[in-house]
Amino acid sequence: MEKLDAVVVGAGLSGLAAAYYLAHGGLQVIVLERGDFPGTKNVTGGRLYVGPLRRLVPELLEGAPLERMVTSERVTLLSQEGSTTLNLRSESFRAPHVQSWTVLRARLDRWLGDRVMEKGGFVIPQKRVDGLLREGERVVGIRSDGEEIRSDVVVLAEGALGLLCEEAGLRRPLLPQEAALGVKEVIRLPEGSLERRFGLSPQEGAAHLFVGAVTQGAFGGGFLYTNQETLSLGIVVGVQALKDHQEDLEPHQLLESFKERPEISPYIEGGEILEYSAHLVPEGGWATEIRPYGDGYVIVGDAAGMTLNVGWTVRGMDLALASGRLAADAVLKAKQEGDFSQGTLAHYHRLLEESFVLKELRRFKNAPKTLSNPRLYADYPSWLHETLKELYTVGEGPRDSVGRILWRAVRKGPPLGRILGDLWSMRHL
Amino acid sequence: MDLDRKLALDAFKTDSKSHILIRHELCRSRCTRRYCLYVCPAGLYRYDEQRDEIQVEYAGCLECGTCRVACDKGAIEWSYPRGAYGVQYRYG
Repeated sequence: MEKLDAVVVGAGLSGLAAAYYLAHGGLQVIVLERGDFPGTKNVTGGRLYVGPLRRLVPELLEGAPLERMVTSERVTLLSQEGSTTLNLRSESFRAPHVQSWTVLRARLDRWLGDRVMEKGGFVIPQKRVDGLLREGERVVGIRSDGEEIRSDVVVLAEGALGLLCEEAGLRRPLLPQEAALGVKEVIRLPEGSLERRFGLSPQEGAAHLFVGAVTQGAFGGGFLYTNQETLSLGIVVGVQALKDHQEDLEPHQLLESFKERPEISPYIEGGEILEYSAHLVPEGGWATEIRPYGDGYVIVGDAAGMTLNVGWTVRGMDLALASGRLAADAVLKAKQEGDFSQGTLAHYHRLLEESFVLKELRRFKNAPKTLSNPRLYADYPSWLHETLKELYTVGEGPRDSVGRILWRAVRKGPPLGRILGDLWSMRHL
Repeated sequence: MDLDRKLALDAFKTDSKSHILIRHELCRSRCTRRYCLYVCPAGLYRYDEQRDEIQVEYAGCLECGTCRVACDKGAIEWSYPRGAYGVQYRYG
């Protein structure tokens, strides 16, 4: 095969966005994907924030097979015995510049792959990339099935594990404390029950996060997203936490216990499980500092550690699409200059810095540390629940006044200084 | 629902060769905690007492890579299955 302009490794959101805009710019580009189609190896919770992407990748949003627009944000703090839920509903979530939609990746990615093909890019499925071709420090192509494919630039969109990058020394391995495991079921409900159970109209969606006893006090949580006809239900738990707790925290068992909770079971009753999936999520934030470019290559999406979990919002797919677009812009510029060295491709980094991607990743770079605080998952959900419960408990004797209940809560709870300290550390989330 | 039944819901195309290789000598000489037995969301790892070795049923692998990240002895040589093989998510 003659030398190509660009080879993209992986047909996920970042790879397909990069390929689309490279093809749009007239470059000869192929995308190598190890699954049967784009999306067959990909998993999301999940929800895509389209607001930040409106101007960056409009062509990839127009007509995309998204599931439901999220108009209802819910968060539940679970204790062993009960729970406290906040349900936030707002018409303002419909505004184009802040919209978010639930998605299923097999549908979405396959559709995006078709858009790439329409633009003249080639998406080649069932092809695993086995290694990178190097000449000195420079990446000059890839190896796949004993075949060598050379290109001016390689776009590494291989996903969270980053095996090729690691093997080539372009990034260090993902560490247990920087990774979380997501385990998910897609559940089909009888027609109409999704709207009834969640109190939604046919076009509306809900996003529901769960914190606390779902991971037995370890870093992580549960999630429930409404798709068009199905629910995405799952848990996310830190890999380090899984190691620390061993048999007390087996992922499949955590998910089963989560489903048995009275807060969850009514939602999924009578539902049919369609699929069981698992995927890793990079949770290190920008503190992991992977340099996303070098001689002859750029790294995009999860492979570059571009995810952002600040507790209330969990993002990754929007950053992936944006980084793919920006990488393409930088490669197009490099093509114009006929120079694919590190110095020219550093433009990608500048574009990331000017965009929301690095601005947000930088602003929240301490979020992983703040969110690793075990009190957020163990002490506070129970403490809040116990306190509020007293307000609603009516027995034979006179109930204590709010003032007394709060005073008792303060005395029973973690030391006030520690609570204030934790709140202070959360101010940047 | 138990794990085997749940995994049976997924679409797999199984290669004749495993994409996960266990370096038993490292397990035996260095590993005491055996994280792999607990962290796998598909529960694919077993310890065979008679042979004193870790065994993995690679056919049900969901390709998350958690075992590889969790193993701190470097005893799990893990690559993605070859193109066209392995789990094929229909929803994702």
